Order: sequence, then structure tokens, then C-alpha cells
Amino acid sequence: MANSQRYTREIPHRYRLEAQKFPSGFVSLSRRYCDPISGKKEFEKINLKGTGKILTYTIIHVTSDQFKLLTPYAVAIIETDEGARVTAMITDTKFEDLKIGARVEFVFRKIMEEGASGIINYGYKAKVVE
Amino acid sequence: MREVAIIGVGMTKFGELWDQSIRDMFAEAGLKAMENAKVDKIDALYVGAMSSGLYAYQEHLGSLMADYLGQVGVPAVRVESACASGGQAVRLGFMDVASGMHDIVLVGGVEKMWDVEDGTFVLATAADQEYEVYNGVTFPGLYAMIARAYMDRYGLTREELAQVPIKNHKHAVNNPNAQYPFEIDLKQVLNSSMVADPLRLLDCSPITDGAACLILCPLDRAKEFTDKYVKIRGVGVASGPIALHDHKDLTRLEAVHLAAQRAYQMAGVSPNDIDFAEVHDCFSIAEIVVAEELGFFEYGTAGKAIAEGQATYGGKVVINSSGGLKAKGHPVGATGVAQLIEAYLQLTNQAGKRQVPNARLGLTQNMGGSGGSCVIHILEGM
Amino acid sequence: MIGIVGYGAYVPIYRIKSSTIANQWGDDPASIEKGLMLLEKTVPGPDEDTITIAIAAAKNALKRARIDPQKIGAVYIGSESHPYAVKPSGTVLIDALGIGPHVHVADFEFACKAGSEAMFVAYSHVKSGNMDYAMGIGADTSQGAPGDALEYSASAGGSAFIFGRENVVAEVLYTHSFTTDTADFWRREYQMYPRHGGRFTGEPAYFKHILGCGRALLEKSGMKPEDFQYAVFHMPNGRFPLKAGKELGFKQEQMNEGWIVNIMGNTYSGSSITGLTAILDVAKPGDKIFMVSFGSGAGSDGFIFQVTDKILEVQNLAPKTREMLNTPHKVYLDYGKYVAYRKKIHFNEY
Repeated sequence: MANSQRYTREIPHRYRLEAQKFPSGFVSLSRRYCDPISGKKEFEKINLKGTGKILTYTIIHVTSDQFKLLTPYAVAIIETDEGARVTAMITDTKFEDLKIGARVEFVFRKIMEEGASGIINYGYKAKVVE
Repeated sequence: MREVAIIGVGMTKFGELWDQSIRDMFAEAGLKAMENAKVDKIDALYVGAMSSGLYAYQEHLGSLMADYLGQVGVPAVRVESACASGGQAVRLGFMDVASGMHDIVLVGGVEKMWDVEDGTFVLATAADQEYEVYNGVTFPGLYAMIARAYMDRYGLTREELAQVPIKNHKHAVNNPNAQYPFEIDLKQVLNSSMVADPLRLLDCSPITDGAACLILCPLDRAKEFTDKYVKIRGVGVASGPIALHDHKDLTRLEAVHLAAQRAYQMAGVSPNDIDFAEVHDCFSIAEIVVAEELGFFEYGTAGKAIAEGQATYGGKVVINSSGGLKAKGHPVGATGVAQLIEAYLQLTNQAGKRQVPNARLGLTQNMGGSGGSCVIHILEGM
Repeated sequence: MIGIVGYGAYVPIYRIKSSTIANQWGDDPASIEKGLMLLEKTVPGPDEDTITIAIAAAKNALKRARIDPQKIGAVYIGSESHPYAVKPSGTVLIDALGIGPHVHVADFEFACKAGSEAMFVAYSHVKSGNMDYAMGIGADTSQGAPGDALEYSASAGGSAFIFGRENVVAEVLYTHSFTTDTADFWRREYQMYPRHGGRFTGEPAYFKHILGCGRALLEKSGMKPEDFQYAVFHMPNGRFPLKAGKELGFKQEQMNEGWIVNIMGNTYSGSSITGLTAILDVAKPGDKIFMVSFGSGAGSDGFIFQVTDKILEVQNLAPKTREMLNTPHKVYLDYGKYVAYRKKIHFNEY
């Protein structure tokens, strides 16, 4: 199902890694109204640099239809250098280079197509770098 | 608050129920429960289901099921909390009775999972659509990442992890309602196809159709209906972050810990007092982490303990005598309720060949998503 | 002084060898490698397309330009494989890079010269005083029909150039364009693969326009081939650009650095201009560069650049083209994976 509103609305974090830094130190890539623990509403707008390290990962073999052609592919939970936690698909990386603690860099890639006639959705993926 | 009892139960078989629709299953389970409790009228109805809309294109289950149970007019509502929908339905029914609002309340859960082709897509709605699923994460993928972090930190081995489904299958042999009432061995687990590394097919609970229902009533009225009743002694509920990446510690499920503390406190008991527990083993690693959060084992040790037999008959606490989600089946919305049915059967000495000897206190733990919600009930035999 | 203030290229990590394709179709690998002078080509990954490639190249150009993206007044992406038939590639790029919304965006096409023409228009905006900075990009993930000669060369990659008048690293001295209606290579709407006129694509098409443009450019500038340190031409295969260069009077040594087609393939709108980035990566202050692109249909855009001493400040600020082409991380595909990545086979639609 094509979704113009969602595509446009989610651009800031998908394309530019726009994030929020809360006074508690919590950094969120996901757009929030308030800090999830303290409930406080003040924050600073930042753009994540796009570098970080892998906290954990998996290699997915069974997936939903829209990602079927990519299997097997890896996804990882990454902690960016700013302290944000991000879940991302891994690209351009050999499975044997995946390690907890490996350094990664985010790249702009195609995430999925809403079918053959729908909108092409883009976003961030991560690749392991030296 | 009044004390609350379970006076009757009913469930369908769990498995691939091609001939039964979502309403067929719930009606069968609900009518069985009413018959078991010897009631023909209920005062309120709570139906737990995770995704009847995406699986069966059917929402508005409260109305539908009241209709099909012959109870048109009763207050009825559908409850949703991903895989904890069933447990949450029970808890709301409990509050309804405990508050004095209603007396005879039917709580049930149902899921019709085999009607759709892309089940992975539906299950992923329990996770964070925008920041997890959009990037290709699947539900098994989330637990696989927990498994990897846990194995990396505590040295849990692949073979130890496999002992969870092996044990649960062994238990299910004696459960006539189980989807897979047969044993499996280590070789089968390690050779089963890879789903999300390191979790293989036999580490994952199956796709299941099924429904399960209970009848609740005030404890001091239970004897009017039956002499086989149990008391719900403690309830604890907690929420956790929706996205796995927002867990401070990726090897822990905080919501389970929080809910457990609340349930133990309300019941006035501690983990050592629990004789058996039905826990949410959606994936093998889940049972290990949950057993630690419930206080049965120290953090980092549950895997070894379970492998050494501490979670089966003769061990510290019998975990998943029913076969758990893995071998009994996991019709998502029904699971939480089915756990309480197992606890009820154990505490009223009706568990047949899988009876836990001298069972007096049981615990059920139902969980949604990757620890986004958790509902725990502590039950006492009377 | 008006010219390039930042440049950047991007090629994917996937490759397929000419010999793999030859073995698939029963061609003789040795004669492909010798005849077309192609060893291997780049293949876009399953999550890459012209837009992601353009963005990666543009990011590298911004790294070298070191300007606030908001200062860019126009962005043009030229390609013959824009992901949409209707919806611009350029708009995705500006939102990804924080350019705009006060910016002019248009997508260009003209077979393989869509990149150089984007550059020409961007340059012209700055030259005319319309704006301080403008960016022209050429990127492609073009398809060669299975079993066709073009399958050996059609590859993926692209380059981006930011034009301005401050901190110029390569000044534009002269430009010239030469265009006629020539039906050497085309693709009709709704067709998946292009068609071409066989040997007609040589003399009457490629050579006519490259030489026509090149000679006019030399005359306009009053310069001679010996005046240049580097020359780069559109590279549909390994042989054509070397022949064209020699006919214009250039020597092999002048063409070596920009001649990347043997390990990259023909990145269509990215072809000559990516060769240009390979040259800029190693050029020295004062070097003069002669570039002529070619796009079927047909036309050529020619540029004469003179490198300034500012080039030394920027070469290392972003990945270099030959480093990307020769990366130890490159992954060779077999023919099956190649056709799956290139979606040349029918998949189920969900």
C-alpha cells in the first residue's frame, strides 16, 4: 500500500538522522514529544554524525514479503557516537566481519518499494568499517 | 478489593485448525468454559487477541463473541497488548470482579494465524514499525539479538539454549491439547533451518490457531458453582520500551522484573514459594531470560540451570509443564489465558500425567513484543 | 575564477567479470577482454539505485567543497536510469543532504551525457551570476540486455561536481557542445532494455560527435593536445576513447589516468565524468584537463579545466575513485546473483 504521508513525514530521521538530545542525556533518533523516563519536554535538535558501534546483531533468514529478496541479511542494534540507540539493516558487509563492538558507518540506501507501482522508500543502513 | 477465583476453564485444541474460523474457536472455548463452571449467563466479557484485524480482517471482537456465546447485551471489549493480550484480558476481568463491578466474568483469548500467507509481517506489528520493522527486523530477529548479546556476555552455548525446547517438548507429550505432543532431540534442534541467527526453527514457537477461556467469580461465591476452583492471589503488570534498542541492558527484560515484583508483593510470596510456572517461551532464549527476571535463577545462570534439569519435574520449579509456547502452541491472543488454564488444572489436580506433585502456588508470565509488556498472575490452590 | 569547488565519486562494491558473462553466453572471454578491453564492471547492490549513488557521490563532493549545503542554488542529476519515470531524483538528494528548500532542482537525461550536461548547466548558473554555487551530477545503474554486447559494459556509479567562484580547485576555461539528431542507441517507453545500431554506434555516432566537439573546443581555446596533462572521453568500452583521443592528437599517457572503464565498465552518465574525478584525485596545480562526453541520440559536451593549487587541500578529504574501484572489499558475483540483483528475471509480486 503506497503511503505518501508516511514517506514525507519520516524524511528527517530517515534521510538526515535528525535526533533529539534530552537533558537527561538520552539521545533519540525516534521523534519524541518527551523523554521516555522523565517525561520532560525540553530537548536539543541534533543530526547524528552517522558513526557508531554494534551492540548486538542477527542474520535474518526468514522475513516478511517486502524483504524476501534480500535474505539472508543482517540487522544490528547500534550505539551511535552520540549515544543514540538505532536498529538498522547491515549492508555491504561480509557476515564474518560482524562482531559485537565493530565500528559502523551509516549510508543512504533504498529500504523497500511499495510494490512495483508504489513509492520507493529510502533510509539509513549501516556498514562495518575498519 | 474482593478476592477472585477461577471456577471453570475451556479451550480448543491448539494447532492448524483449518475448519474453524476465529469465531468458531472462541465460541467452542467459551461455551466449554461456561459449561465447566456450570454458568449459563455471564456479567461481562473480555476478549484478548493481538491482531484479529490483520489475520482475520475482524475487529470488534467483544461484540462478535458476546453474540456468538449467546450473551448479547453484556459489556464486552477486545483487549490488545501484542502477545500479552490474553494475560491483559485476564487482568482486566480480574479487576472487574475484584472491584465489585461484576460477578461472573468470562475472559478469553483467541488468534486465527493460519489464514494469512505473510505471518511474519503481522507478528512484526508487535515491534516498533517505524524504527525497527522498517529497517528489516523481524520478531525472531529481535529475540535473536537478545540471544546473541546474552550468549556473548554469559557464555551460554548453543547446546544449552537447545535444552529449553527439548524440555518443553518432553512436557507436552502428556498434554492432549498440545500442538506438538512429541519429543525432539538436540540433533533435530541444531539441524532445523535457520530463522534468525542463532535461533533456528525449533527455537521458535509455532504458528497456531486456538482459543482459551476462563470464568472468574468472587472467591466467596466460588463454592456455589464448583469445588474445583483456584484463587488469583497476585497480579503484576508492567510496560517496557516498545523498541528493543531502548532497553538499557540488551540481555534483560525489565518489564518482566517489574511485573514480577508487583505480583510477588501483592501475593505476599517470593520466587522460592512457587511450585510451577507457565512462562512465555516465544523463543528459547526468552524462557532463560524470563526465568532470571522472575527470580528463579541468578542472572546469567538460568541456561545452565535449565540444562541441568532445574526447570523440570524434580527440579527447583517446573517451568512450562504444558509444553510452553513451543510445544503446546502459541495462538498469540489465547496464550496468556491458556497459561492460567494450565495453572488451574495443576492446582486442582486435573493435570493428568503431567501433574506437578503437591502443586500449591503457580505463576503465569505472559509477555508482549520484545518485553514491551508483561502480565504476571500468581495462583493458589484451595 | 569559476570552476569546480568540490568533486566526489561513488562506485558500488559489487563486480562481475567479463569472463563470467562470456562463459554464460558462450562468448570467448579472451576476445572480450582484448576486443572491448573490459575486465570487469561494477554492479549496484540490491539496495542501491541512481538516487543512492548520486547521494553518495554528492556527499563526497560536499566533503571536498566544505561549504554549507544550504548555499547551493541548484541541483541537477543526469541519468538514464532514474528510479522513477515521473518523480525527480534530485528532490530525494536535496532532502538527504540538507540542501534547500530554496533551491532549483531538475532531472536531466540524454543517454550517457546526462551527467556532463547537468554540470554544464550548473556551471552556467554560477558563471552568469545567478547563484553562488550549483551542483551537477551524473549517475546511472543502466541495464544491458542479456546476451547483448552491452551487457559487458553497462555498469553502475556516478560523480558529483559543485561549481562556484571561491576556493576553486579546477577552473573551467572553455566549454563547447556539439549535437545532432542521430538514432544510434535508444530505448522506447515501457521497454526494459535499450537497442542500438550495431556498428553504426561507432563512426557516425560516437566518433562524429566526440571529434566534432573536441576539434571545435581545441579551436575555440586556441590550445593544442600537447598543452594538456590529461584527457578523458566517454568510455562505452575500452577501445573507443583511446582511438578518439589519438585521432584528436592525444597520447596514451595523457589518457591513462582517466581511463577507468576496464575495471568499472560504462557508468553511462557517470562515465567520462568519473574518469575526470580519477584525474582530479592525482592532478597537480597548473595541470590542464580536456574532457569530452558523449550521449547517444546524439551529442557531446566538452570542457577544458585548469587545476589550481587548492586541489592539494581537497584530494584527501573524500574517498578517491581508483581506491574505490580497487577496494579490497569488492565482491564478485556469479551470473545468477548478477541477474537477481539487476532484476532481469521475473519475481513474484506481492
